[in-house]
Amino acid sequence: MSEAIRRRISAYSLLAPGTLWLVIFFVIPLYFMAKLSLDVEIPGTLHYEFVWHWANYKEALELYDTQFVRSFIYAGIATLLCLIIAYPLAYVIAFKAGRWRNLMLFAVVAPFFTTYLVRTLAWETILSDESPVTEFLHAIGLAPSGHILATGFAVIAGITYNFLPFMVLPLYASLERIDTRVLEASKDLYASASSTFWKVTLPLSLPGVVAGTLLTFIPAVGDYVNAEFLGGVNNRMIGNVIQSLYLTQNDYPAAAALSFVLMAVIMIVVFVYIRFAGSEALMGQEAV
Amino acid sequence: MSATPATTPGRGSLSAETSAARAWRWLREHAVNIVAVLVVLYLLIPIVVIFVFSFNNPAGRYNFTWVGFTLKHWAHPFSNSELTNAMLTSIKLALLATVVSTIIGTMMAIALVRHKFAGRRIANFLIVIPMATPEVVMGASLLSFFLILDQSLLGFTTLLIAHVMFCISFVVVVVRSRLIGFDRSLEEAAKDLGAGPFTTFRLVTFPLILPGIFGAAMLAFALSIDDFVISNFNAGTTVTFPLYIFGAAQRGIPVEVYVVAMLLFFVTVVAMGFATWQQRRAEKMTAIRPEQEESDIVLPGIA
Repeated sequence: MSEAIRRRISAYSLLAPGTLWLVIFFVIPLYFMAKLSLDVEIPGTLHYEFVWHWANYKEALELYDTQFVRSFIYAGIATLLCLIIAYPLAYVIAFKAGRWRNLMLFAVVAPFFTTYLVRTLAWETILSDESPVTEFLHAIGLAPSGHILATGFAVIAGITYNFLPFMVLPLYASLERIDTRVLEASKDLYASASSTFWKVTLPLSLPGVVAGTLLTFIPAVGDYVNAEFLGGVNNRMIGNVIQSLYLTQNDYPAAAALSFVLMAVIMIVVFVYIRFAGSEALMGQEAV
Repeated sequence: MSATPATTPGRGSLSAETSAARAWRWLREHAVNIVAVLVVLYLLIPIVVIFVFSFNNPAGRYNFTWVGFTLKHWAHPFSNSELTNAMLTSIKLALLATVVSTIIGTMMAIALVRHKFAGRRIANFLIVIPMATPEVVMGASLLSFFLILDQSLLGFTTLLIAHVMFCISFVVVVVRSRLIGFDRSLEEAAKDLGAGPFTTFRLVTFPLILPGIFGAAMLAFALSIDDFVISNFNAGTTVTFPLYIFGAAQRGIPVEVYVVAMLLFFVTVVAMGFATWQQRRAEKMTAIRPEQEESDIVLPGIA
């Protein structure tokens, strides 16, 4: 057996278990879900029959278009807020933190070490009517008057908080990679601090901006924990609908159809966004 | 870092500045630092809230408003057997998912970095796509799959399958980045000294990528123990820690949940400290060049 063939065999055998796992438990389930989304229930039974029933899509979208659009709006606003909040922090960690750098990075990932659901419950306390934070937000006019809980404001606040580290880490990674001599050169050429930022630092950090917005936006659109704990009936997102159709109402075809549309729309949004922002921005980026 | 030299020419007029103007200037120079500190505080607020409320003594079933200080929940964090069992299930699940996904993922990472083969792009795509899919979609599709196969499968096994599935990609990404910044000449030296491929792997490659594998394993463990969405779809009647909390949220969360969450927090912090220390030690022991690009050049006679 030649060396080349032996190497190829060892490559494929190293690759096989993981590839099989992902194909069997990620790709094939997507196929089954596609099939399920075109099923019709055999009346009176809990069994389904595959009949290319495209009306499932039409009915599901007509019923839940509000939640669908709302998910994208909430996730979009939260992503934008994350970017605005995360950028100064990532900038300071990359360029100014000095010996505080590791401690600040620790603070960024620390929320991950508390359980996601408990973290969100903590926000339920923070945004409750008696909390000082609520009083402060009311005083400065940032929050809607009255209750904050069970409003879109609370849901967006929760999403923003929970996904913030996903924005900070890629931003930090791309800012940290910038050669500081480039920034010095800009200063030597009499650029002001602000034009150095807008013309040098920010463009060089764009890969981080693209990666961060995607890593925040994608999970945020599908999230339903924040809407469940912090929102009310009028703040349900598409994730809430999918999970209740699947797990309590057992309307599998409608739920499968909605999941598919969700995935398709996200893919289109991501594709257009990457086209717009430049694909090389994303590829070389390590998420974590 | 500050622009001190640039401001020196203006020193003469500085004394004429009012203190208000000076304060304003200080604020302007440090504005971004102040914002960063505020963001750090924002990130830490809920952790503080969880810690404080783990000492709360709520009157009713809801632990949302402060009533009074008590140590009783810290004294008996595992008195609630439902919660304890859920936590044990979570730990068992996370350990198993970590072991399986770390082994499989590391093998994949080695294949992707060290070998050239047809279908490499597809393999890369297969790894990226689960990370770009919302969890609801993954959970829902996997449930569709199990419903069609056999509904009675739902339980610990399906949870394990699901957790390994979403951990693999992250393991590959972490281990791969370690392999890319790897000094290949050390392996070549081992081979020159007569070591076979397995001996080289065991004595040189493995110890060098071990910090990466350890980091990947920690990430997998953290992802698994914290997963709610995918588990919610595929758990059947099995209850993990996040699923317990979700179920309890409607009838009131026992304070012990906050205590257990804090215990988990402290354990993770210690484990992360240990991992960082390991990594530093490994980096000191060998000269790893992080800038080195992935190279497929294999010197003749060595491969």
